[in-house]
Amino acid sequence: MPNPALDEAGHVGNDDGAPEPIGFAIAVRQLTKKFGGRTAVAEASFSVARGEVFGFLGPNGAGKTTTVRMLGTLVAPTAGSATVAGIPLTPHNAGQIRRRISIMPESPGLYLRLSVMENLECFADLYEVTDPRDRMDHALRAVNLTDRAQDACGTLSKGLRQRVALARALLSDPEVLFLDEPTAGLDPVAIRDVHELISTLSRGGVTIFLTTHRLEEAERLCDRVAILNTTLRTIGRPDDLRERLFAKTLTVATLNPLPEPDRVFAGLPAVDSWHHDAPAVYALAVSDTTVAAPAAARALVAAGADVLSISQSHHSLEDVYLELINEEAGRR
Amino acid sequence: MTVSRRRVRAIFRKDLREYRRNGSIVCAMAVIPLIFVLPPLINIFALPESSASVLRHGEPLLYMLGIPAVVPAVVAAYAVVGERQQGTLEPLLTTPVRRDEFMLGKALAAFVPSLAISYAVYAAVLVSVEVFAHPAVASALRQVPQLVAQFFFTPLLAGWSIWVGMAISTRSTDVRVAQQLGMLASLPSVAITSLIAYNVIHPTLGVALGGAATLLILNGLGWRMTSATFDRERLIAGTG
Repeated sequence: MPNPALDEAGHVGNDDGAPEPIGFAIAVRQLTKKFGGRTAVAEASFSVARGEVFGFLGPNGAGKTTTVRMLGTLVAPTAGSATVAGIPLTPHNAGQIRRRISIMPESPGLYLRLSVMENLECFADLYEVTDPRDRMDHALRAVNLTDRAQDACGTLSKGLRQRVALARALLSDPEVLFLDEPTAGLDPVAIRDVHELISTLSRGGVTIFLTTHRLEEAERLCDRVAILNTTLRTIGRPDDLRERLFAKTLTVATLNPLPEPDRVFAGLPAVDSWHHDAPAVYALAVSDTTVAAPAAARALVAAGADVLSISQSHHSLEDVYLELINEEAGRR
Repeated sequence: MTVSRRRVRAIFRKDLREYRRNGSIVCAMAVIPLIFVLPPLINIFALPESSASVLRHGEPLLYMLGIPAVVPAVVAAYAVVGERQQGTLEPLLTTPVRRDEFMLGKALAAFVPSLAISYAVYAAVLVSVEVFAHPAVASALRQVPQLVAQFFFTPLLAGWSIWVGMAISTRSTDVRVAQQLGMLASLPSVAITSLIAYNVIHPTLGVALGGAATLLILNGLGWRMTSATFDRERLIAGTG
């Protein structure tokens, strides 16, 4: 559930534009990481509300994993500041932060010679979980792996290993859960299960920071998404991003090409411009579809056209993503 | 700063389970003692009664201190780079485990089996000598000071080898290279124990106490040195 008080960058409006950490699971300001002369992440600023599912998208090498590692206290930022689970990100606070978060890296990183239960047991002890047996059973039930608890992880398929890694991430009952490509390599049924689990966790108040390449996954699961390509390119709800980037379009299809389309479409209310998409298909750039669509229908009927369809064009998150990434590539 | 026993135990137990099921580690733990023991043991079995007087004036079984010098170095060299190579280091380091807890758990997991193997092999050698060697030779090799030296120097040598092995492991990117370097690094200890065993360095009480004090200091330094080389960022990102 995104906080309605957030602005586009996910900030609460305050005088200096700094993220206000109160009420946020993650608040990041001007976070930068350089490895030698190479900048992995440059001046990223955003906030994530508690219980929000936040998607972090970007091409390979965009700095997503580095950002997760910085927020997970594995890598120290070169500049900038952040709070994670309400705790300022400093070397001194690293242990405290690690107790409240959980990170599932892209590679499951399981001990393949150990059984599923032995893997979980080790991590339950590292988190000093109270009542570890109960937590392990609960985590295994959450990922539907109870019947494989005694199997060596090396005998499991890639998808099952991913599920063990997810169970391991749930052991400590984290406030913030960082998931790096959690559905990579999973079959559709397993993907659906993971999606349901993410939704359940979010409903339970867990903040999910989801790094993914699967844009339909981000669109389906995330309250808001951020697109990173070293710098933060954009942030917002998927619907808002679509509206911000793409003009609303009505697509009109007729049985035969209109003899004088300009006379039909020009001057219609809320229609800004039009162009041919195909011989008998017209794309109308509109400011308000609820005004433009009925007006276009009336004009077409008046012109004696046989109308096949009038539909609003939908842009996916993938369109938004490609538009932003291509735009940046074009600038370089 | 407090060390959580539970987290140290978690690393220790996990590593022991891993080592027990890792063919290359089990093989190293079995083969290295055999290399140290078998050829000299065969010679001892063949020794005539007349050799007893010569043996009585030396400390030939002290060469077996090479086992606690080499075995733990090879095991400890696997400790960090092994995790890194199988992709388990990052999940481990995202937990609240502290550097000291991590290192201590890893060190104990190399120390305990190395110690057990060293003592077990020494005991097995003593029994074999009693059974198969000439009684006069067996009697000459049955020396209390040697037994005491073996008992006290085994953990001291193992400890030093572990810190060196782990320091190598934290800086390496390949398990085999780390293990080979670990073995190389343990050679000075093997050389010194061999020089004592073959009476080049005469083992007196002073030498023993000096050696023990040196090893204690080296263990302390090794602990600090290894901790200093442990850097989460460098281990995860390869930089830092």
